[in-house]
Amino acid sequence: MSDSALINRRGGALAQLSDTLWRRPGLLIFLLILPPALWLGIIYLGSLFALLAQSFFSIDEFTGIIQYEFTLKTYAELFRPSNFDIIIRTVVMAAAVTIGAAVIGFPVAYYAARYARGKWKAIFYLGVMMPLWSSYLVKVYSWKLILAKEGILNWLFETLHLGGLLNAYLAIPVIGGNSLSVSATGTFLVFLYVWIPFMILPIQASLERVPHTMIEASGDLGARPAQTFRHVLLPLALPGVIAGSIFTFSLTLGDYIIPQIVGSSRRFIGQAVYAYQGTAGNIPLAAAFAVVPILLMAVYLWVAKRQGAFDAL
Amino acid sequence: MTSAIRFSGVSRHYGDVKAVDTLDLDIAEGEFFAMLGPSGSGKTTSLRLIAGFERPTAGEIRIFGQIAQGIPPYKRNVNTVFQDYALFPHLNVRDNVAYGLMIAGQPKAQRHKAADGALEMVALGGYGDRKPSELSGGQRQRVALARALVNQPKALLLDEPLGALDLKLREQMQEELKSLQRSLGITFIFVTHDQGEALSMADRVAVFNKGRIVQIGAPEDIYYRPETPFVADFVGSSNVLPPEFVAKLTGKHAYGALRPESVFLAEQGHSAMVRSVSFLGAATRVSMQMDKIPLTILLPKGAVIPKAGDAVTVAWSADDLHVMDRT
Amino acid sequence: MHSDRAPLGLKIAAGFGLAFMHLPILLIFVYAFTTEDKSYQWPPPGFTLKWFAVTWARPDVWEALGLSLQVASISTIIALVLGTLCAAAVSRTRFFGREAISLLVILPIALPGIITGIALRSAFNLADIPFSFWTIVLGHATFCVVVVYNNAVARFRRVSGSLVEASMDLGANSFQTFRYIILPNISTALLAGGMLAFALSFDEVIVTTFTAGQQQTLPIWMLEELVRPRERPVTNVVAMVVVLVTFLPVLAAYTLTRGTDTVAGQGK
Repeated sequence: MSDSALINRRGGALAQLSDTLWRRPGLLIFLLILPPALWLGIIYLGSLFALLAQSFFSIDEFTGIIQYEFTLKTYAELFRPSNFDIIIRTVVMAAAVTIGAAVIGFPVAYYAARYARGKWKAIFYLGVMMPLWSSYLVKVYSWKLILAKEGILNWLFETLHLGGLLNAYLAIPVIGGNSLSVSATGTFLVFLYVWIPFMILPIQASLERVPHTMIEASGDLGARPAQTFRHVLLPLALPGVIAGSIFTFSLTLGDYIIPQIVGSSRRFIGQAVYAYQGTAGNIPLAAAFAVVPILLMAVYLWVAKRQGAFDAL
Repeated sequence: MTSAIRFSGVSRHYGDVKAVDTLDLDIAEGEFFAMLGPSGSGKTTSLRLIAGFERPTAGEIRIFGQIAQGIPPYKRNVNTVFQDYALFPHLNVRDNVAYGLMIAGQPKAQRHKAADGALEMVALGGYGDRKPSELSGGQRQRVALARALVNQPKALLLDEPLGALDLKLREQMQEELKSLQRSLGITFIFVTHDQGEALSMADRVAVFNKGRIVQIGAPEDIYYRPETPFVADFVGSSNVLPPEFVAKLTGKHAYGALRPESVFLAEQGHSAMVRSVSFLGAATRVSMQMDKIPLTILLPKGAVIPKAGDAVTVAWSADDLHVMDRT
Repeated sequence: MHSDRAPLGLKIAAGFGLAFMHLPILLIFVYAFTTEDKSYQWPPPGFTLKWFAVTWARPDVWEALGLSLQVASISTIIALVLGTLCAAAVSRTRFFGREAISLLVILPIALPGIITGIALRSAFNLADIPFSFWTIVLGHATFCVVVVYNNAVARFRRVSGSLVEASMDLGANSFQTFRYIILPNISTALLAGGMLAFALSFDEVIVTTFTAGQQQTLPIWMLEELVRPRERPVTNVVAMVVVLVTFLPVLAAYTLTRGTDTVAGQGK
């Protein structure tokens, strides 16, 4: 035992630095947070603000040169019928995809959370994780194969002698088209397919948090299984559905690749942003278009937060 | 007697919250010292100030005479047994115990030998290769103890170390800790909210309330001669008698403390009304109302037990009424 | 609840959902072997292995793959450093603005990728930074930080607190505590986070189209093929390989976090 109450060790540079950091804990936090804050604050937020700032500039219609003066003219352009159609179309598509994902995803999440045990639990988990992490482009590509005129879906309809039915469906305006791969229905299917894991995981997480005793209590109080589902499980799963919808909604709003590869020539917000900043060289309008999903998502997140959806993320 | 730990006017404030408020404290070397108080009374913060996990906002702490200001925990020759044991989950029991020696630069064979010795001491010889997750709560507690003691600290700090154990194990560990302290002869500073634990183990007890020490002394003093109504009530649930009542009996206008077991049923004395009766095994507790003063008494086995609603007369010997001059 | 059986309707619906998620990808595995090279004909007229050899001999595919691997590796390293630092700081104390930091980390992945992409692109233009390998890495690292952060922050919370205090109490300074206590306890979480970050970067296309100049990462190469199909069989083979390559890190990350979380949880 050393006689002193304090231990004196050979003090290397690191040991001295450690002492300093102990005496000034604020300094340690500061040093830890500095690199990520600089990276995200300067590179990311800086870029974002630079972009937003440009939405308040305008472009000279004749020369195509950007005029660096504050104006709301560019935002006014968003409300021109051709542009406003794009916004409405995108929002409707995002809503449809969200509802579709909830309808198809809920049974999967419900089964995985409440019935799957042991090996099946792992299978269900990976069954959702694998598509989530599979290559986005490969997933889109697989639907190009499926929806192609000579592809498997048409072949299936022909083999089952239902070709007429498909043609009748494709004859419907707005959702139909020449073939499935150039119709809004095709775009919808691909969106649904690509984003559905993002809906399932939060629902499953929120359902798994419902204690067994609560379901037993409901049964004990005389509720039939359907009533338990309606009055106990569904309200408790709602935050999960909303959390999932944040992803499906946001991802659909901002995507420009899927409608470019599968779909009609009618454009979505992402495509408009891409086109305006690229070939058209109209950065202000592209920036203004980019603000639309940000605003929509801000409102959506605000509502979702009030519903307590963040706990299920 | 040298002082092991000395606080002079030590405060630890978090904004407006005074976790520890101008505390003076002197713990002697080789003493088994208990810090007793309800949660939030400042006892754990005081312990953490000694260990170095907290910094005082004012005042001076000396550890064996040396000023602790600016000395990080890893340079203080005191070790802590944590409330949740804080065993390292990725190391086996032997490496947990040998951790301090490893940091101090001891070669592997030597520190493993020392660790196995420390495990023997806490009756866990042969458990060295297990992971902490494979041990029971009581065993983890012993590993935490061995891990602290193997470094031969000058003082051992124990933060509610028995809190998570069941009653039987707790009583057993109380005795073991006491005999361990006696054989090692080092200072033990023990934080607890359990008054029975503090009184049965410690040489001296400091009772904490609202960041201050309200009384400090030997267990018998605290128990029989509480200085404030808080101590009387918190330590051993004495009856606190109001000053007006005490003045009539003794002439001193001050609160009085009366131990439940000091009161007996008698022919002459104070009349009271029995409210409820609970059988406790070795004794029977009777709650009553004496004028407007609530009174709880303990009647030994074999005494005549009244029923709820009975009118009784109670008395006590004048020596047993402790007048609390300092309030 | 454990004992009762799932209703048949639910079983069918859940099975349908899983089939919907998996069959399209499996279809690619069939197309990789088709003899048809001009269209997406189904059923395939015949099966062949020759497209694997053709793809193997393609330098552009190898170049794209090489670039993707490099970008993903470097982005992952940067994301590991930044994400770990951030998680350490946020889990350590309730310092001023920790909510803001959490939001800042999540923002690049919460906002649609096109916004991150176009923002970076216009910033590079404004600052006169030419597009290069490093502009791609810059974008990828930015949105990969969140994956590492999310994996590390939960584990950090469990380690910090009394384990760190116990280590310091036993004589270890901050760096020794990091080396012997914190790092071993967070390593699997970091490994898992790193693998997911790698998978994320390897697959990313939306931001990359804005931050890449002439270079082609593998997803960019695929996108070109999707928009203007030239050699469908080669694309089929590449798509299949990509699926198999991303499968491995995700599976590894899953086993890593699943195993240790329960053990570490019991340890406390």
